[in-house]
Amino acid sequence: MIKKYLLGLVSILLLAFTLQGTANEAQPLQSDAAVEAQVQRLATQLRCLVCQNQTLADSHAELAQDLLQEVREMAAKGMSDQAIIDYLVARYGDFVRYKPPLNKTTSLLWLGPFALLFLGGIGLLVMLRRRQAMQAELPLTAAETRQINELLK
Amino acid sequence: MKKALIPFALFIIMAGFLFKGLFLNPREVPSPLVGKPAPAFSLPRLDQPAKTFSPKDMLGQVWLFNVWASWCGACRDEHPLLVALAKTGLVSVVGMDYKDTAAEAEQWLTERGNPYLLSAVDADGRVGIDYGVYGVPETYVIDKAGVIAYKQIGPVTLESLRDDILPLVKRLQAQ
Repeated sequence: MIKKYLLGLVSILLLAFTLQGTANEAQPLQSDAAVEAQVQRLATQLRCLVCQNQTLADSHAELAQDLLQEVREMAAKGMSDQAIIDYLVARYGDFVRYKPPLNKTTSLLWLGPFALLFLGGIGLLVMLRRRQAMQAELPLTAAETRQINELLK
Repeated sequence: MKKALIPFALFIIMAGFLFKGLFLNPREVPSPLVGKPAPAFSLPRLDQPAKTFSPKDMLGQVWLFNVWASWCGACRDEHPLLVALAKTGLVSVVGMDYKDTAAEAEQWLTERGNPYLLSAVDADGRVGIDYGVYGVPETYVIDKAGVIAYKQIGPVTLESLRDDILPLVKRLQAQ
């Protein structure tokens, strides 16, 4: 009876070991969850240059797969997010970043809306001032005052 | 009357920008590599896989570096131009066979003519990433010091060759 149990236990353990062995073999570079999390995080911040309006995470283009692989290998080497982004920017330019950085060529893009808001605000202020001035410039005549007083009685 | 013209003027300005936008090519992403040394690599040659090619082999001359592949449709369009350019002897063209198989690439060159001094084989596209390749064909003009002077994304055309590439090559050769 005990012998039977032991045999069963040993075979279960053996099976577990073999299963573990195959499970390990099946994932070459993705063993580290932290690396994979970094790859996923970067994939949503990087542009696929073939499809242009998709991130690496969304794209199925071959180049996007190659770039993801490249990112994965860099992440596995322990490179920081910024180092990996810099590496790709050096090759593909700022366009590879989904969120454009603030620099000379993108200053209009970043500051334009605020400039428009500012100009609009000035325009509104000027208009309101003018309207106020117009209202102030219209004093009531003596006849009008009498008429109002008449009505208010 | 004057006030009514303001929205109209704004509309004209906006329409002007949009009209200009029609003629811009969103695929032409300015390459940060222009003005920088051509990234170093060492790749096997297509014709003699035992030998390798490295950009430093071309130091001292102005050359074109053309990324191509047998699977690439636009490469077919530019290929006759490159063959004609090679015949003039104005400038050497080195090819890089990008993510291709040797057999198909060899056949492609046999059928269409081989304008290349040699072709380096970038089977897995690694060197392509270093050169910021994302739309084959791409062509680089590299000067005597090994610095990238120009990058053309997409096929070389008669116009781009005549107006941009060849004048630049001449200027760089005279340096």
